[in-house]
Amino acid sequence: MTKSSSSPMGSNAALDTRPEPPATRLKHRHLLGIADLTPEEIVLILDTAEAMQEIAHRPIKKVPTLRGRTVVNLFFEPSTRTRTSFEVAEKRLSADTLNVAIATSSVVKGETLVDTALNLEAMSPDMIVLRHSSSGACHLLSRVCRSKIINAGDGMHEHPTQALLDAFTIRRHKGRLSGIKVAILGDLLHSRVLRSNVLLLTKLGAEVWVCGPPTLVPPGIERLGVKVTHVVEDAVRDADVIMMLRIQLERMQGAFFPSLREYFNVFGMTEDRVSLARPDVIIMHPGPMNRGVEIASEVADGPYSVILEQVANGVAVRMAVLYLLAGGAENETAA
Amino acid sequence: MKRLLKGGRVVDPANGIDGAYDVLIEDGKIARVERNLPVPGGDVQVVEVASGLVLCPGLIDMHVHLREPGQEHKETIATGTKSAVAGGFTAVACMPNTSPVNDSAATTELILKKAAEAGLARVYPIGAVSRGSNGEYLADIAELHAAGCAAISDDGRPVATALLMRRALEYASMFDMPVIDHCEDPSLKGDGVAHEGFHASVLGLRGLPGAAETIMVQRDVTLAGFTGGRVHIAHMSARGSLRAVRDGKAQGFNVTCEVAPHHFVLTDEALAAPIQFDTNCKMNPPLREQADVDAMLEGLADGSIDVIATDHAPHSADEKTVEFDRAPFGIVGLETCVPLVFDRLVHPGRITFARAIELLSVNPARILRRPGGSLAAGAVADITVLAPDASVTVVPGKLVSKSKNTPFGGWTLRGAAAATIVGGRTVFTNPDVAGASAFA
Repeated sequence: MTKSSSSPMGSNAALDTRPEPPATRLKHRHLLGIADLTPEEIVLILDTAEAMQEIAHRPIKKVPTLRGRTVVNLFFEPSTRTRTSFEVAEKRLSADTLNVAIATSSVVKGETLVDTALNLEAMSPDMIVLRHSSSGACHLLSRVCRSKIINAGDGMHEHPTQALLDAFTIRRHKGRLSGIKVAILGDLLHSRVLRSNVLLLTKLGAEVWVCGPPTLVPPGIERLGVKVTHVVEDAVRDADVIMMLRIQLERMQGAFFPSLREYFNVFGMTEDRVSLARPDVIIMHPGPMNRGVEIASEVADGPYSVILEQVANGVAVRMAVLYLLAGGAENETAA
Repeated sequence: MKRLLKGGRVVDPANGIDGAYDVLIEDGKIARVERNLPVPGGDVQVVEVASGLVLCPGLIDMHVHLREPGQEHKETIATGTKSAVAGGFTAVACMPNTSPVNDSAATTELILKKAAEAGLARVYPIGAVSRGSNGEYLADIAELHAAGCAAISDDGRPVATALLMRRALEYASMFDMPVIDHCEDPSLKGDGVAHEGFHASVLGLRGLPGAAETIMVQRDVTLAGFTGGRVHIAHMSARGSLRAVRDGKAQGFNVTCEVAPHHFVLTDEALAAPIQFDTNCKMNPPLREQADVDAMLEGLADGSIDVIATDHAPHSADEKTVEFDRAPFGIVGLETCVPLVFDRLVHPGRITFARAIELLSVNPARILRRPGGSLAAGAVADITVLAPDASVTVVPGKLVSKSKNTPFGGWTLRGAAAATIVGGRTVFTNPDVAGASAFA
């Protein structure tokens, strides 16, 4: 790692053409949501992730950037992808990591979220990566904790690192975000991935279409600058990117649609539907997938699927977020 | 003991009075309200009313939660009535969702005994519609009435079924008591925590649509017409509900309604800024969108809304410092009501001073069939002294209520209660208002 450059991992050409001067640091001390980021900050994170990506291809996949820093991964919801992705990112940056799993914590004894966090804080972590089932849980902790809070998914609100890794993946394939058509389909109502992606993609100038049954469309979502449709064909026609959202079977007691079979017939992503998109379309899914519900297996495993690449990119993007929140190049110089 | 309040402006819409009058109090009752009253002989205290202070019939908040018995860590009858008089209220009607629920004479009597011991605001208990407010069997309504309940309600939840509401209206009509309903359709409400709309969508909060309220208001209005009973809609918030109430009134049904200050001052945008996910902006009904707020303002101005009531709902800081969806619904309201009404309604010219007093005093007294709402000779000497031009800054830590859960912290507003007089006796003077101490 160089200590003088503001692009510490060595320069990596930004693929966007950016009219704004590039940001060199993040304004906020937490990453609570995409809502708080400027377009320039988003580009900074994506550019930094490009540099981080290179580390994964080294024989020794570790840099000393966060040596001596402690990061707590506080996960109140089951998570495979996000938790392991953060943990790998932290370890590659040489941070000390502490995983707090819900089953062994005091929460089952009735301890509040704030008390749990304050007790963990007594051990002086630098950052807390929080996954929680309640929207706004990260905002709550950001008001009572000294540590920097990274939102790893809060209820139905935001999942900023997922949107960042999705943008990173799109940018790698399309070279840009501005002007491309992105269709997002599935359970829009309960999806934090949707909200973060809509905020990010519209900030960077993508044309975003969202599609799902009216029962699963958040009211007023069009005010975020997206086109809402209930016709899959309209959403995917000439799309550069098709992003599938999981049908959250655990939330489906509310009779949002008649049956999984009917859902697949009306909204499932099949090869026929994909064929309406641009020939170089990419298919994304934040996982975990329900094959045969929102996405046909042929599509999930097809040549245009970048689903596994998303997972790989997640590590680089999370490394970038951790690095920038820790102070980025400024902090390194000071150290 | 006589008290002569000399030289102030009196606003007493029930008697068509607005001007410079003196008020003579004798034995806890209004004796005379006239211009330039002579100082009577005998034992008399003369209070020179400072300019800028206005004497009104005592304000009555017909929707508060005093939390006692059972939830004394949030509020007690003593602290709640202290908060009431500090907000200018001479009387409050307290909802029955205590622990145990006020569905018996014993609980009603306990509340009245504690209120008498506190000796501050008058307390009018509201009894439960159904036993335990469980929505199954009618509570002993005659017993509740005899013990002193002014109304019945299952507040916190709606009267469960149309049949139960019908029976409650029919039965309560024997005692000329209103049935106060917290209107929401439980299936439409679901597990919603915020007004269903743009802001809840963006913040990922489960929605609680205005239609959930309106459907139940429509049911109750229909039943008011069907039974002839007296329906009072609690804390109305949705514009569709106001249309339903207007429709019922136009048909001559016995329907009245109240709106809480936060529902004509704040919108659901408060969930997004200045503090995202502020649990002090979580109440039920929720803060609604601008069109609903506009409708409430219109209803307040045109007379279709009868009452401003605070839905004072104290919760401890521990209970509110949790994830938004786990926090209890409700905010304290007694001490911010007068400033909000004057700053947001009277001073901008949306309603007149007299109309504010109708909403805060005349109509609640009439609906609850309780004394007050008037400064006519012979009326109880419940008087609120207002300082409509005094500037107040809301400091949550300084609220008298045991709980501090207000979204108005830091707001500076024009309008304050200067002094509160119950039965001729001063129970509160505001140290921050010039001239208030003369009432001590």
